[in-house]
Amino acid sequence: MQRIDKEAGFRAKEERLRELLVRSLAGDNAAYQVFLTELSAHLRAFLRRRLIGLPDDVEDLVQESLLAVHNQRHTYNPALPLSAWVQAIARYKLVDLLRRRAAYEQLNDPLDDEMELFATADSEAAEARRDLNKLLAELPDQFRLPIVHTKLEGLSVKEAADLSGMSESAIKVGVHRGLKALAAKIRGVL
Amino acid sequence: MKTEDLITLLATGAGAVEAPALGQRYATAIGWGVLGASLLMLLLLQIRQDLGQAIWLPMFWVKMGFVACLAAGGLFATIRLSRPGAKIDWVPVALGLPVLGIWSIAAVVLMEAEPMERSKLFFGETWKSCPLLIAMLSVPVFAAVIRVMKQLAPTRLRLAGFAAGLLSGSVAAVVYCLHCPEMGAPFIAFWYLLGALIPAGVGALLGNTVLRW
Repeated sequence: MQRIDKEAGFRAKEERLRELLVRSLAGDNAAYQVFLTELSAHLRAFLRRRLIGLPDDVEDLVQESLLAVHNQRHTYNPALPLSAWVQAIARYKLVDLLRRRAAYEQLNDPLDDEMELFATADSEAAEARRDLNKLLAELPDQFRLPIVHTKLEGLSVKEAADLSGMSESAIKVGVHRGLKALAAKIRGVL
Repeated sequence: MKTEDLITLLATGAGAVEAPALGQRYATAIGWGVLGASLLMLLLLQIRQDLGQAIWLPMFWVKMGFVACLAAGGLFATIRLSRPGAKIDWVPVALGLPVLGIWSIAAVVLMEAEPMERSKLFFGETWKSCPLLIAMLSVPVFAAVIRVMKQLAPTRLRLAGFAAGLLSGSVAAVVYCLHCPEMGAPFIAFWYLLGALIPAGVGALLGNTVLRW
C-alpha cells in the first residue's frame, strides 16, 4: 500500500514539474521560476545523498546542475519522462565533479588535513562555496553586460541594447553564450 | 551567489525555447560530411572503372544496403545518445540487425564456395587498405556529426562518441562503395565493418574530452 502511495506521489510530482517546464519552454517565465525552485530542492536532496563525504560541494553542484538544465533545456523532449532527463543531467554533473576532484587531488597533496576541522562550519553548509558573481564578473563584456542588464537588472532586451550600445540580437546571443561560458568557467574551477 | 538568486537570474527574461530538429541537423551535417568524403575519394582514390556495370549486379546493392542500414542504425543511436535520459534499449537491435544480415549472407557464400576459393572471398584484393581508407573518408563526416552533437547534451560520452564514430564510418563506407572493386560478401562483412568500427573506437576514446559540456 505504502509503495503504491509513493509511486502515485512520484507520478503527481513528475506530472506537475513536467507541465511547469512545458509552460516555461513556451515562454512562461513565472512558471520557469517555480519550476527551477522546486527542482532545486529535489536536486539538493538527490545530490546530498550522493555526496555524503563532500557536503560543501552539494550547493555548488545544485547551482551547476541548474545552470546545465537551463543551458540544455532545448534538449528536453516533452514526450519523454522529465525525471529521466533531469536525473541524467544531475548524474552527469556529479560524475564530472568527482572526476575533476580526482584530477585535482592527484596534483595536490592534502597535507593540511588537520586544518579542515576549523575551516568548515555547519552554518556554511547551505552556502555555495563558489561565488558565481565573481565568475560572472570575469566574463568578457559582450557576455557580462547582456546578462547583468537583462537578467540581474531586469531590463528588456531593447533597454539593454540602448544602454550598452550593442544590438538587440547581440544582447540575446550574449545572454545565451554567456551562460554557457559561465558553465565552462565552473568546469575550469574546482 | 545564493541559489535563489541564480534561479531568479536564470528565469528572468528566459523566454520561449524551440526544440531542435535533431534529424534535420544531423542530415545537414551528414550532407556536408558526404561532400567532404566524396571530394577526398575523387582526389585521392577514384571511382571504380566498371561502376556502370557494377550497379546492375545484386551484390553491389547488398553491399550498399548493408552500409546504408548500418548508417541508419548509427544515426538512430546518435540521435538517442544526444539528449539526456533518452532510452537506448533499441540501439543494439538497430546496430545488430544489419551486421547479422551481412554475416548470414557471408556465411552462406562461404559455405557454398569451393574450399580453395574461401580465403580469396574473405581477403579479396584490397583487405590491407580497405578499413584504413574507410576510416580516412570518415574524418569529414565525424567532424560534422561531433559538431552537432556538442550543441546538444550527451550524458554518456563514450557511448555517444562511439555512435557518432560508427555513423561517420558507415556513411564513409557508402561513399567508399563507389570506389571499392570488392564484391565478396565475406569481405564486406568483415573489412567494411572493421572500417566503420575504427572511427567508432576513436569516438569512444575521444568522447570524454571532445563531447564534454
